[in-house]
Amino acid sequence: MRPSASRLLNILVPVKRAVDYAVKIRVNPQQTGIDTNVKHSMNPFDEIAVEEAVRLRERLKASVTSIRAITIGPAKSADTLRTALAMGADSAIHIEIPESAPSPEPLAVAKTLRAVIERHNAKAAKEEDKVDLVILGKQSIDDDLGVTGQMLAGLLGWSQATFASKLEVDVEKKEVFVVREIDGGGEELRCRLPLVVTTDLRLNEPRYASLPNIMKAKKKPIEKLTPADLGVDYTPMFETLKVAEPPKRVGGGKVANVDELVAKLREAGI
Amino acid sequence: MACNSTRLRALALYKELHRLGRDYPDPSYNFHGRIRKLFEKNKNLTDREEIENALKLGDYIKKETLALYSLRKYRHLKRLYPPHSLSDP
Repeated sequence: MRPSASRLLNILVPVKRAVDYAVKIRVNPQQTGIDTNVKHSMNPFDEIAVEEAVRLRERLKASVTSIRAITIGPAKSADTLRTALAMGADSAIHIEIPESAPSPEPLAVAKTLRAVIERHNAKAAKEEDKVDLVILGKQSIDDDLGVTGQMLAGLLGWSQATFASKLEVDVEKKEVFVVREIDGGGEELRCRLPLVVTTDLRLNEPRYASLPNIMKAKKKPIEKLTPADLGVDYTPMFETLKVAEPPKRVGGGKVANVDELVAKLREAGI
Repeated sequence: MACNSTRLRALALYKELHRLGRDYPDPSYNFHGRIRKLFEKNKNLTDREEIENALKLGDYIKKETLALYSLRKYRHLKRLYPPHSLSDP
């Protein structure tokens, strides 16, 4: 008879419906952004985040009480939540915004996540039902901003461990050992819960959601909310003036021998 | 006639492979056509062992395809976001 865990972990995993990794990005005709009429799927870094949450549950078993996925987006974003549920999340929250609305800015996203966490914690009957770990992707592949996690940690006043390539949670001690990917190597940190973690590519390799799991995921609950319900204003603070493609690569020239190479280099002023 | 349990397994395998085939990166490779042909070729098997082998082959194809997708994706991503790059992540 295993004693029940004295300390429980509630994980929140924000995910984003982003342009699929295999799509060739094109600038839209108005030069204000990229063409979004293309295939979308869950941001790969967010898949890694969901995978890490599910692996934590596999390692810590009953200590992980809940894994909740959350996304902000139009109706189609529900597919991203279904993928997260199929990978192993228990329930999901969909913050729905109109189809025509621009993508929310990172600060708005962070404020929304904070509002959701505070709302949940306020309703939590016991101390141990509060959200203690938020795992997000370090950046999304369509905008590469990479700031939401940090902003969220700042707004919540929680510790943060970004670009995590290794995560070990000690639920009893309420501590997390993290290795962060930094220039030139890894930085080891010991953090206290509650914690915001952003995932680096090398953290894990996400599982494929098999068909039986996808079927099971259809029964898992998705709560629907709007930004107004949470009192967050999505008015953009930034205006994108112009988006343009990088200049086309000019072809290099081939040289016949070393002398010609030296001559060309001299011509170029070296 | 295939007994019910293997029939169900074959159907589940077919559905899973069909779903996997949707994401196949090469549009000129007729994944669905090939899967269909392979299943139809074996639909009249009666020997237990032959059925098991056929199911194992299907499972192997499923794993290989998954490995293909996963490698392709992560190779692409690792090129896009190299480790220890000295510029911004």
